[in-house]
Amino acid sequence: MALLDQDVKYLKFKTYLPCYCPHCKKTFNVEKRDVKYLNFTGVYEGADVDVKISPYLNVFEQESSIPLKEGDLFEDLKCPSCNKSLVNPDIVCGDCGSPVGEVILSAYSRLIPFFSCLKVGCEWHGLTRADERHIKIKIPRQEMPEQDQKLRIQTYQEVPYGYTTELASLEAGRCLQCKNPKCVEGCPVNVDIPGFIKCIREDDFDGAAKVVKEKNVLPAICGRVCPQENQCEEKCILGIKTKPVAIGNLERFVADWERKMDLVKIPIIKTKLNKRIAVVGSGPSGLTVAADMLQYGYSVTMYEAFHEAGGVLVYGIPEFRLPKSIVNFEINYLRELGLRFEMNHVIGKILTIDELLEHFDAVFIGVGAGLPKFMNIPGEALGNVFSANEYLTRMNLMKAYLFPEYDTPKPRGTKVAVIGGGNVAMDCARTAIRTGASDVTIVYRRSRQELPARHEEVRHAEEEGIKFRLLTNPVQYLGTDGNMVKGIECIKMKLGEPDASGRRSPVPIEGSNIVLPVDLVVVAIGNGSNPIIFQTTPNLNRNKWGNIEVNQQTNETSIPYVYAGGDIVTGSATVIEAMGAGRIAANAMHKKLSAKTKKTTNSN
Amino acid sequence: MFQILRKQEMAKGTIIRFEINAPKIAKKVQAGQFVIVRINDTGERIPLTVADKDEFSGTITLIFQVVGKTTALMRSLKQGDLIKDIAGPLGQPAHVSNIGTVVMVGGGTGVAILHHVAKAFKEAGNYVIGILGARDRDMLILEEEMTAICDELVITTDDGSYGDRGFVTDSLKKYLGERSDIKMVYAIGPIVMMKFVSKLTEKYKVPTMVSLNPVMIDGTGMCGGCRVTVDNKVKFCCVDGPDFDGHKVDYEELEKRNSLYLKDEKASLLFSIR
Ligand SMILES: Cc1cc2nc3c(=O)[nH]c(=O)nc-3n(C[C@H](O)[C@H](O)[C@H](O)COP(=O)(O)OP(=O)(O)OC[C@H]3O[C@@H](n4cnc5c(N)ncnc54)[C@H](O)[C@@H]3O)c2cc1C
Ligand SMILES: Cc1cc2nc3c(=O)[nH]c(=O)nc-3n(C[C@H](O)[C@H](O)[C@H](O)COP(=O)(O)OP(=O)(O)OC[C@H]3O[C@@H](n4cnc5c(N)ncnc54)[C@H](O)[C@@H]3O)c2cc1C
Ligand code: SF4
Ligand code: FES
Repeated sequence: MALLDQDVKYLKFKTYLPCYCPHCKKTFNVEKRDVKYLNFTGVYEGADVDVKISPYLNVFEQESSIPLKEGDLFEDLKCPSCNKSLVNPDIVCGDCGSPVGEVILSAYSRLIPFFSCLKVGCEWHGLTRADERHIKIKIPRQEMPEQDQKLRIQTYQEVPYGYTTELASLEAGRCLQCKNPKCVEGCPVNVDIPGFIKCIREDDFDGAAKVVKEKNVLPAICGRVCPQENQCEEKCILGIKTKPVAIGNLERFVADWERKMDLVKIPIIKTKLNKRIAVVGSGPSGLTVAADMLQYGYSVTMYEAFHEAGGVLVYGIPEFRLPKSIVNFEINYLRELGLRFEMNHVIGKILTIDELLEHFDAVFIGVGAGLPKFMNIPGEALGNVFSANEYLTRMNLMKAYLFPEYDTPKPRGTKVAVIGGGNVAMDCARTAIRTGASDVTIVYRRSRQELPARHEEVRHAEEEGIKFRLLTNPVQYLGTDGNMVKGIECIKMKLGEPDASGRRSPVPIEGSNIVLPVDLVVVAIGNGSNPIIFQTTPNLNRNKWGNIEVNQQTNETSIPYVYAGGDIVTGSATVIEAMGAGRIAANAMHKKLSAKTKKTTNSN
Repeated sequence: MFQILRKQEMAKGTIIRFEINAPKIAKKVQAGQFVIVRINDTGERIPLTVADKDEFSGTITLIFQVVGKTTALMRSLKQGDLIKDIAGPLGQPAHVSNIGTVVMVGGGTGVAILHHVAKAFKEAGNYVIGILGARDRDMLILEEEMTAICDELVITTDDGSYGDRGFVTDSLKKYLGERSDIKMVYAIGPIVMMKFVSKLTEKYKVPTMVSLNPVMIDGTGMCGGCRVTVDNKVKFCCVDGPDFDGHKVDYEELEKRNSLYLKDEKASLLFSIR
């Protein structure tokens, strides 16, 4: 069976067959249909017929099919599986008001040569599972439309536009709806992936959003920033033979749909508990704890050191990758849910953890990993050598990209080097090219395979003209008389034998030094843990990496009723892992506080 | 939002003093600590030391010199106006204890910061000698307050229009030569001043603390923009400082780093004038 990639790409999907009024004999709403096959029993011009229609492809054409012409009328059509009528009696002719034979078919019917009925409980087995799989593998993964590669580096607007409903349906149709879905295991918060994809196929985008939100409170954000290729999509069965289902893109689509269609409803919280929770840090881990605890009925106060909430989502990840309007939308949602924000509160300074415990029943610490690392090589103090945090904070949080409308000066360079190979490095490089740099290079000490950034980021960076110097490591920065950086002396690396962890660590090649001329350097080699909270909370235990030590099951720290999660526990990780940690803490907190209430009420 | 309860112009309007309603900060702040101020939604975050506090009335005092866009905008604020964000207290408090005789050297706006530290040293029971330097008589600030705190006070002006003619280092040298009981020197002012004070005290082997003012953004250790080299190690001024051992600071590096944004700041100021 020949279903060519290009055929599928240009399919237009319409849910309905032609409407034809049997009374006034008018046809209406008839557009050029790209319907492929119809294989049903129906009543056609008074007589029962075996309807096998194929206006387009030729698989069933040999069988005695009746071609469907514009205006043909079906008095009745039955689903071959459940035998229910497919003709919608509610549709009436716009001119005379008579019922007309509009046929309802399901969303995923549209992309492959068979249909199934939309009626609840119907499952059409027109093809064997093997056939279905065989066909689906041929449908290419649908990529999101994106801004032009040349033009986008002149703006800070988001690069992918997101799916249209058609693309989303097409992509959702690729999902095999596995009985034992591996993708769910790959997702750190176990979103019901086949469940929400099924909703998309049935055009129930709102329902899809609800399914996602059962497990993930920030889907519009995760759909954009999760490293899906190492999580859900890595596990997708389709990935064995072809490309996996674009789960992230679909997640983003349903969340955007819900937001744009104004379908987000603030739930009414029925139970109000007379208990107070303090959340320190407004990154993804803190936001998750806040959302969960509010839903349980606690009153929650969030303390944030910066003047704006969102953590890395606002100060780190750039606008062109995660529009701040989306983050603000989520934050406003929580505000309407009853979250109280206390901005400009650096906990450990204005209030200590112990002081918070005097006023709150439990505390969650999600302060992220905020202490940038440097390599401690000569020349790091030179002008225009920035940590990624400083560079991105200036550009994003302080909106230096809108300088001088905003007061924070924009770091500028024409030849920029970014040290590191993660998402942070890609973000810095892609920001630099947007500030007008003519030459931006990623300097990374391992090889391409080891680049820890999301694949999409690496691809976008390459498309935007960013160069990669792999297996290269800086040894010192060279400065001008005015103490500005003018070059990086680098040494070439090669991958050595695999170490205990199986990773091949890079070793320098003696005498291979080169000098790259640059006038701006961003060091994006990770973060250590910030000392502020530890300075005033001596009884908060730390692990050997200096992060907060927690009980793995509950995320409770060495101080009872004080929980922690996110980067401050794991070191720099991901948005979704921080959210997962927040959820574990919220569950445990709720359990412990409920048990405590019971005890006190019992003893009363 | 933080309300300005009182505004006072000093040094011919180049230095401004705000008393601001900030009860939570007033309750916690100690001498030597600073806050980060952002006056409006498009504003820059700038660090300013808390020059004084009143726990009971819940106020903090900020004294700042008008040098660029943000401080110029702040000058235009009036009594009763609101400041968008103030985060703090930040940084380590000055290491204050009863050690005997200390010399407090302040230059320019540095006197504002010095004042709070001097007060703390006095309250801890020390004999406090103050040396204040200014360009000329008009630029001298907080003379009255410092007179009240210090057991001895010397004033120097570059042009001799008031007090002794010369630099603070001249007076300091005299004291170091005459008195052997000086246990510590605290110097706060322009980088060059702190550099020369430290060079001088090194010869006399008198421990010296200086308060550094690198460019800052978050003030919480998050960006590393405030890094300074002390004792050949990189320190983040906002969490490790702002006070450091004056004999170990790399002043040249700090001077260079602080002048990096000069051009842009002019552009920003011009934009705001337009
Ligand atoms: C540039 C960049 C790009 C990234 N890209 C991706 C990506 O594409 N995909 C992905 O999954 N992950 C990405 N990450 C990682 C991800 O953002 C983090 O793992 C995640 O945000 C960690 O969340 P968190 O809740 O631990 O804290 P954070 O998001 O770090 O937030 C912590 C918050 O706590 C505040 N805070 C700190 N100290 C205090 C205090 N003492 N008192 C009060 N508040 C305090 C901070 O100001 C901050 O707002 C990226 C990170 C960066 C920096
Ligand atoms: C911990 C700390 C405490 C401080 N306390 C006070 C204080 O109590 N009173 C006071 O008047 N100033 C203080 N400063 C300096 C003050 O922060 C700057 O003067 C202010 O940021 C200038 O802002 P602006 O927008 O008006 O000027 P800008 O337009 O940003 O800069 C104008 C000029 O000031 C220089 N400059 C910028 N930032 C700094 C800086 N952080 N330090 C020194 N020079 C700078 C620029 O290079 C330029 O020459 C402190 C700085 C630090 C780091
Ligand atoms: S593994 Fe892939 S095909 Fe299977 S249910 Fe998950 S997303 Fe769909
Ligand atoms: S000001 Fe950002 S680390 Fe000190």
